Amino acid sequence: MATVPGGPTATVTLPTSEEILITREFAAPRHLVYRAWTTPALVRRWWGGDRGEVTSVEIDLRVGGRWRHVMVAADGSEAAFHGDYREIVPGERIVCTEVFESRPHAQALTTVTFTESGGHTTVAIRVRYGSQQDRDAHSGYMPDGLQEAMDLLEQAAISLLTGAPGRAGEHPARASWPGAQE
Amino acid sequence: MVAAMARAATTTDVFNAVAEPRRRQIIDLLGDGEQTVTDLVRLLGLAQPQVSKHLRVLREVGAVDARDDGRRRLYRLNGAALKPIHDWVKHYERLWSGRFEVLDAVLEELKQEEGDGDGAGRPDGDGDAPDQ
Repeated sequence: MATVPGGPTATVTLPTSEEILITREFAAPRHLVYRAWTTPALVRRWWGGDRGEVTSVEIDLRVGGRWRHVMVAADGSEAAFHGDYREIVPGERIVCTEVFESRPHAQALTTVTFTESGGHTTVAIRVRYGSQQDRDAHSGYMPDGLQEAMDLLEQAAISLLTGAPGRAGEHPARASWPGAQE
Repeated sequence: MVAAMARAATTTDVFNAVAEPRRRQIIDLLGDGEQTVTDLVRLLGLAQPQVSKHLRVLREVGAVDARDDGRRRLYRLNGAALKPIHDWVKHYERLWSGRFEVLDAVLEELKQEEGDGDGAGRPDGDGDAPDQ
């Protein structure tokens, strides 16, 4: 299955110190994006991204219903997430809790909205943590194997922090910042 | 002025310092090079006490350093302190970008299925969620 080349970039920003906001536009109508987001057989195909294979998807799509996804990385390590649905507006909005099972005390509240315009759909994922500690604990999922050697802050990082559109995958020329070598 | 750093700034302190929009603007401006407070006041259109306050917070978490050059005090970014945020945001962005790329392909298939036949599409695999 070929992936669509040159897809739009995802924008990740930190609206507040407890929140992450991810937005991305898809070249598909809203009802299809929502279906792909809420149908276990479809979620199983994309939720692992390039990190691993999804081995289990449970979705009980109703207020009070539970969801749980499990992914296995190339090194065999398993990452499981679960939560319950708090609010559902079919086709438009899903609010649910999210727990990374290796860090069960750090719970997040995730709001996903689907907005269509001209046949394209913008998905906005807002993840809110109870505290900054929770946010950092949640991010501890990132496997050590993905640590890259980064000895300078790239200009792209600043774009992400200030909310300007980022360029996923680009490697801009080294910015020589004062103090960056220290 | 007594500068009391009771403990080293944690990653969460740096996140908190940087998450504030005005401070992010300051970081953005310092990315182009050193600036004085006067420069920043002019570029941001903020009153000096506010700019100084933001700079103090950024210095406390080590995101920004200052040096004196004759009569001027110049502020600059400390790339090393901002690295944890960069790493974190970048990992998160890459995780989701990877998912979205595969989702693009899944959506292309769904669009094509909808384009064929009567638009009802194939039944979904597990039968958990009935078509809307």
